[in-house]
Amino acid sequence: MANSKTPSGKPRIGVYVCHCGTNIAGVVDVEDVANWSAEELKDIGVVLSRDNKFMCSSQGQELIESDIKEFGLNRVVVAACSPHLHEKTFRGACERAGMNPFFCEMASIREQVSWVTKDKKKATEKSKSMVAGAVNRVVYHEALEPIKVPINPTTLIVGGGIAGIQAALEIANTGHEVYLVEREPSIGGHMAQFDKTFPTLDCSACILTPRMSEVGMHPNINLLTWSEVENVDGFVGNFDVTIRKKSRCVIEEDCTGCGICVQKCPITVIDDEFGVGIGTRKAIYTPFDQAIPNYPVLDKENCTYFIKGTCRACEKFCATNAIDFEQQDEIINVTVGNIILATGYDLFDARKMPNYGYGRYPNVFTSMEFERLCNAAGPTNGEIVLRDGVTAPKSVAIVHCVGSRDKNHNNYCSAICCMQSLKFAHIVYERTGAEIHNFYIDIRTTAKNYDEFYQRVLDEGTLFVRGKVAEITDVPQNEAEEGKLIVQAEDTLAGLQRRIPVDMVILSVGLEPKGDSDEVAHQFGISCSSNGWFTEKHPKLDPVSTMTEGIFIAGCATGPKDIPASVSQGSAAAARVISYIEMGELELEPVRASVIEEICSGCKICNDLCPYNAIIFIEDKQVTEINEALCQGCGTCVAACPAGAIVGTGFSNEQILAQIEGLMMDFSVPEVV
Amino acid sequence: MKYLFYPGCSMQRSAKPYLDSLKLVEKTLGLESVDVEDWNCCGATEFSSVNRTASHAIVGRNLALAQEQASGTDELVAACSACYLNLSKTDHFMREDADFNALVNDALSAGGLEYEPGSVKVRHSLDIIVNNVGYDAVKEKVTKPLSGLRVGAYYGCMIVRPDVNERFSNPEEPYELEDLLEVLGAEVVDFKMKTQCCSGHMTQISSEVAYDMIKQIVKPAVEEEIDVLVTLCPMCQLNIDAFQNEMNKHFGTNYEVPILYFSQLMGLAFGYTEKELGIGKEFVNVSPALAKIGKTTEEVPTPKKKKKSKSDPSLPMPKMPIHYRGGS
Repeated sequence: MANSKTPSGKPRIGVYVCHCGTNIAGVVDVEDVANWSAEELKDIGVVLSRDNKFMCSSQGQELIESDIKEFGLNRVVVAACSPHLHEKTFRGACERAGMNPFFCEMASIREQVSWVTKDKKKATEKSKSMVAGAVNRVVYHEALEPIKVPINPTTLIVGGGIAGIQAALEIANTGHEVYLVEREPSIGGHMAQFDKTFPTLDCSACILTPRMSEVGMHPNINLLTWSEVENVDGFVGNFDVTIRKKSRCVIEEDCTGCGICVQKCPITVIDDEFGVGIGTRKAIYTPFDQAIPNYPVLDKENCTYFIKGTCRACEKFCATNAIDFEQQDEIINVTVGNIILATGYDLFDARKMPNYGYGRYPNVFTSMEFERLCNAAGPTNGEIVLRDGVTAPKSVAIVHCVGSRDKNHNNYCSAICCMQSLKFAHIVYERTGAEIHNFYIDIRTTAKNYDEFYQRVLDEGTLFVRGKVAEITDVPQNEAEEGKLIVQAEDTLAGLQRRIPVDMVILSVGLEPKGDSDEVAHQFGISCSSNGWFTEKHPKLDPVSTMTEGIFIAGCATGPKDIPASVSQGSAAAARVISYIEMGELELEPVRASVIEEICSGCKICNDLCPYNAIIFIEDKQVTEINEALCQGCGTCVAACPAGAIVGTGFSNEQILAQIEGLMMDFSVPEVV
Repeated sequence: MKYLFYPGCSMQRSAKPYLDSLKLVEKTLGLESVDVEDWNCCGATEFSSVNRTASHAIVGRNLALAQEQASGTDELVAACSACYLNLSKTDHFMREDADFNALVNDALSAGGLEYEPGSVKVRHSLDIIVNNVGYDAVKEKVTKPLSGLRVGAYYGCMIVRPDVNERFSNPEEPYELEDLLEVLGAEVVDFKMKTQCCSGHMTQISSEVAYDMIKQIVKPAVEEEIDVLVTLCPMCQLNIDAFQNEMNKHFGTNYEVPILYFSQLMGLAFGYTEKELGIGKEFVNVSPALAKIGKTTEEVPTPKKKKKSKSDPSLPMPKMPIHYRGGS
């Protein structure tokens, strides 16, 4: 065990108990806690104890400042809310009064006591325990200095959907360099697949492609499509990133994007990626006409040359000799200061609900298939027809909440499906005049101009049935149902079962986290919610940051969002990065773990535990080392080390044991018999 | 393989042919089944709505007996869908809810019994045959393939919903029975009403509702030119078979769709006689259908997958997962 350090100076502790309006005072007898602390904890060094309505107010903070000066306090304990909320506030107050801010400790008597305890007596006693623990602990605190790290002004953005594009342009326009990495052959994301956007019905491509080409031509943006991040090392201000640029079999420097290779390729295959299985593409292709960059990608699995060793039609016709069948993947290493993850979403697989018959009945379509169907650049040139490719539907059912708000699948609301379904209803009405039935649970049209759009669709005569669809079948029960798809649902407004025969069904499938979101989160040292979406540092107040400094998140990677919200988040994440770049260097919380080399046995138990990838093993010394800037001070390794070789600054054994001792202190008043 | 077998009431009387044929199939496949001694009725489909605790307590008694009598196996097999579902549900609820478990065990203690949830594994005979025995082993025993017979697999609802232990491939579109029938050499039709409810005891409560539901199953079977429907549930067999005539009278139709148990078809393919398998006791005569077996119909060459012609404007269908088909 390391030698216990003598507390610097005789402790003179001030205790402040906050009412937090009635948040705490409504349950805890704060006055009693304050008086008790002054009386019972004076032997430990408490020289004064006060209660105050709002300690976080400027008046509350000034109280601490003046007490420090007047009474010569050298330690402060604030019993209030969680340190997540106001630790910074009270440390600031102490610092202004000339005290090292790390001599301030908080006892969370709101989140951990008043909000979770009903019994007033018990709550008051628990608060006293918490204060006693904090007082006992603060005695062993040490003066700490924040860690300063320089910020590399280059930024990595992962994901070239609309959120990533927005973030890239915002940062690049301030003159800083950006690496934009996209897995697919082109940027544009899901938005490039849509026909129209709600509620304004602008053409999705018309508003998106100018942004895409801006990215493609921007001098500060290094665009790496058909590429994936392989490895991330380092920490805020200085990440080392390894990117794999997959082989396109096309030499980008020589390719003019003329498209002759695509035209001459004799192989046509079903496009399962951009075309969601409903369109076709060639074996050498760009996913869509306005793709950025417009260099094609050769699909080796379907290319005749790679299968049979002959053909090479693309090579023969290429005027600039840009086809290179031997091209290998390229590994690119870059150093960046900050990273924004805008990795987007996947769609719910409608095959998981066999009662809706997707894949079984030809005329059941998913929402994305329908987007492609009504897109002028889609397989039918925008003609809304049944799967036979010619017949226009006379009646269409649109099913909301497929896979969403469903405890068998995803329990959350996918946020965009209501508006998407209403948009489809409008498009079907406008282009086919078909009868339209929407099957919904609730209509959620909450953003600007959304409900007005709903009213418009209602006025157009679209029919609405409130009820979850039980099944879709092609087995008729009467003549009217012959040859139709029958949608069976309980109409919860009319209180009856309905069977509605239609020609076409559109399933508004929900949004899901990317299939590999867990691995991506692990790679970048951030966390996912139980549903698989990336977790924000704070869901309301810091929605684009993560618990790992320097890693930001934007768009649907954090949860279902519409386009305006994704764009806002792209901008917000960019603003956070720009402010870090402008600061030049970042002060990091000095609460860190460090390894005492002499004690470390090199057992590596801690190596895989670190959620922030801060632990590295030094092979020649056979000891573990912790990267100071990457460590977030969570303490996992400290607790795990069997040799006790890891110490946590701010969480030393003395401090923890003293706190436990305080918590266990027996101060019960003997019962009066 | 050895397991405990819970026969259930139906299989003693109305579904006796199911039991008889199943015993022969078990013998052929080398399955050693030992009946649970002193078992009682599972409460069928209604009791749980009348008195939840009592309904599960009577099932709990069967589970407790099975637990007590289990030696060398922890598998408890039922062939009746209702029995299977009740056994699974009681075990499941007792596992999930400690309070409920205490309540049921309190009731059991009056009879000096006790059941530890999860201690026996509740299985259905079909599940045992396809997943433990396997299609290949079944195929080896086929001596008289059912070629020429168009069959529709009819699961009914209770075996697949709710599938609390996730034993079957899919609650709406299972494929175990189809695969098994294919192994037997039958021509399997994709029967769309395969997991539709047969109406259960509605025949006794509201016959009009029942007739409508029976028609929903029989009519598509006729349209698909199915020779015989194949079931694994005594309730489904009874409703489709015994009430088909009443249903015809009600609607003025003259449908004629025979229905047999899967074990009877397995028995036929294994070379047992119709009499041994209890065939011939049905209301809807199955003889014309069975006469087709072995009579090779004109071999219709399966059309080669045509390459989509350039003039075909149709859109591709979604790709579906490929599942096991017939052990090929």
